Amino acid sequence: MSELIAGEPAPGVAKRDPILVADHVTRRFGGLTAVDVEHVEIPAHAITALIGPNGAGKTTFFNLLTGFDKPNTGHWTFRGEQLAGVPAFRVARRGMVRTFQLTKALALLSVIDNMLLGASNRAGENFFAALVPAAWRARDAQLTEKADELLRKFRLDTKRDDYAGSLSGGQRKLLEMARALMSDPALVMLDEPMAGVNPALTQSLLRHILELKEQGMTVLFVEHDMHVVREIADWVVVMAEGSVVAEGSPETVMSDPAVIDAYLGAHHGTDLGTVRGRLEVAEGMESELVRSEVEGEAAGDGR
Amino acid sequence: MNWNFIPLALGEAISPTTAAYALATIGLVVHFGFTGLVNFGQAGFMAVGGYAFAITTLKLDWPFPFAVLATIVASVLFAFVLGIPTLRLRADYLSIVTIAAAEIIRLSVKTAEIYDVTGGSTGLNGAADTFQALNPIPPGNYGIGVLRFTAPDLWTMIVGWALVLLACLLVWALMRSPWGRIVKGIREDEDAVRALGKNVFSYKMQALVLGGVLGGLAGALFILPRSLQPDNYGTQLTFFLYTIMLLGGATTIFGPLLGSAIFWVVLSLSDGLLTLGVDAHVLPISSTQQGPIRFIIVGFALMLLVIFRPQGILGKRIEVFFRA
Ligand SMILES: Nc1ncnc2c1ncn2[C@@H]1O[C@H](COP(=O)(O)OP(=O)(O)OP(=O)(O)O)[C@@H](O)[C@H]1O
Ligand SMILES: [Mg+2]
Repeated sequence: MSELIAGEPAPGVAKRDPILVADHVTRRFGGLTAVDVEHVEIPAHAITALIGPNGAGKTTFFNLLTGFDKPNTGHWTFRGEQLAGVPAFRVARRGMVRTFQLTKALALLSVIDNMLLGASNRAGENFFAALVPAAWRARDAQLTEKADELLRKFRLDTKRDDYAGSLSGGQRKLLEMARALMSDPALVMLDEPMAGVNPALTQSLLRHILELKEQGMTVLFVEHDMHVVREIADWVVVMAEGSVVAEGSPETVMSDPAVIDAYLGAHHGTDLGTVRGRLEVAEGMESELVRSEVEGEAAGDGR
Repeated sequence: MNWNFIPLALGEAISPTTAAYALATIGLVVHFGFTGLVNFGQAGFMAVGGYAFAITTLKLDWPFPFAVLATIVASVLFAFVLGIPTLRLRADYLSIVTIAAAEIIRLSVKTAEIYDVTGGSTGLNGAADTFQALNPIPPGNYGIGVLRFTAPDLWTMIVGWALVLLACLLVWALMRSPWGRIVKGIREDEDAVRALGKNVFSYKMQALVLGGVLGGLAGALFILPRSLQPDNYGTQLTFFLYTIMLLGGATTIFGPLLGSAIFWVVLSLSDGLLTLGVDAHVLPISSTQQGPIRFIIVGFALMLLVIFRPQGILGKRIEVFFRA
């Protein structure tokens, strides 16, 4: 997939047609640096997977980019426009819509109402115009049609009028993803969309994601399942301990020593990233007891 | 034995005070039931509305429609004062600030320095005069049996309940619209709604203002049949409104009407029964203990309700089931 890049494959490599460009983005929680991304570009009209061990900072990075969290440093552009400091709802309106790792179904709204919230109905969402159904009925009907079509695709049509709270965990994931697509975003950011979805449905969802790409949408998704990544990703960005450690096509990335290293760390009893992070916290706290304890743990980890 | 208290107690169901409580509770339903805003200061909104109405009427001699307008404007301003600093923060901040603000209002109007404006701890009297001047009902005595109303009573009742029904209609129209969908979404998870491109802060503010204006108007309605007393607006008033809301159903349009009617009927029925018992020396209590015991009965009834029908009388059971 070298047609995506404009340079030698390396972490932070420039893309021919980037939709999202982030620079010097850092986020610290106390002494722990959760995100420290020097430079990364997400290619437009492609499917990019963001992978990395638990605690690598993927979700935090999503939160920063979408305005749900504030970085300590850094700025980024989306479709050429500055996006740092823009509130979350404006980010979504500009065409960058995300889903959450911990699913957020609106439990006491029906499935169809959840879907309708995904798009915008200018008149109906205005306090005064909302009192005049004639002002928003037509648009609502049009959106309902679109929502029903998406629900069919995501196999939720039989649940249409049920409370979202009655859905299973996997169904909630599907609902959240379908809801995010209601506004036809330019970039969808999915945080572990396949977690808890049964394999048969995963296949059909993957086809659906590929379809989104054919329609010109850009997809950035976090995923732990390497089969999924290999199957649909055009490009893979690997994060470990907050930084981008590797980038490339799925095949090259999975044989990259840096990636294997990061993942092996994760597969030991203790995550290297976690221990190293806690070491910094311990230093911050200047507590001899905690520090020696954590240092002992880190040493025991073979370093 | 005098059983007249029974029809009189049932008459409470349609009294203007019941209407005022219903109206304030509709506001609370907008806040708490539909938007998820935990407002513990609805009594404060009622006080702001009541004082705005009484002061513009009595001290500034404003005609009735302008005093009503002042009531609305004052409630809107109060909502902004409470909302701007708190609605961006976690939900608990609003509840702390509202409960404190309501108490600040109640205590500061009693300050001696502004006695000329607010009437200090004795309050203000006669705010209903401009309203009663508009009364088209010929003087007389209306009603059936022992339940009699004077023309001013009847006028207040008609206008009060018309206002309540209007508020129901307004809230119903909003809640079935996309606007209502957004605020209900905010109640469930405001980050999810934010991620879908909605300006959550603005919608929370709009809901706070709407419910606050209903509370303010209820405050004005509340003082039409009586004088304005600062101590009527203590935290217990807010908790009565919560009782009424939970009784009727926190996410229902007509729950507040039913809840308010039941609240007042039960309160005055139990008062009548206790009086009978005390007078006949059946109950081992004095008449001064009677007042608090009525509220113990109401509290007990509420406990049973929350245990056996947590969704309220008109609410849907399933909504309680899916509330995380
Ligand atoms: N609000 C917070 N306060 C303190 N630390 C946090 C907070 N959020 C995240 N962290 C820390 O930041 C690091 C990165 O977390 P993040 O959730 O971004 O990881 P992730 O890559 O999404 O992991 P996973 O694959 O398990 O979802 C973790 O070490 C985590 O403990
Ligand atoms: Mg995560």
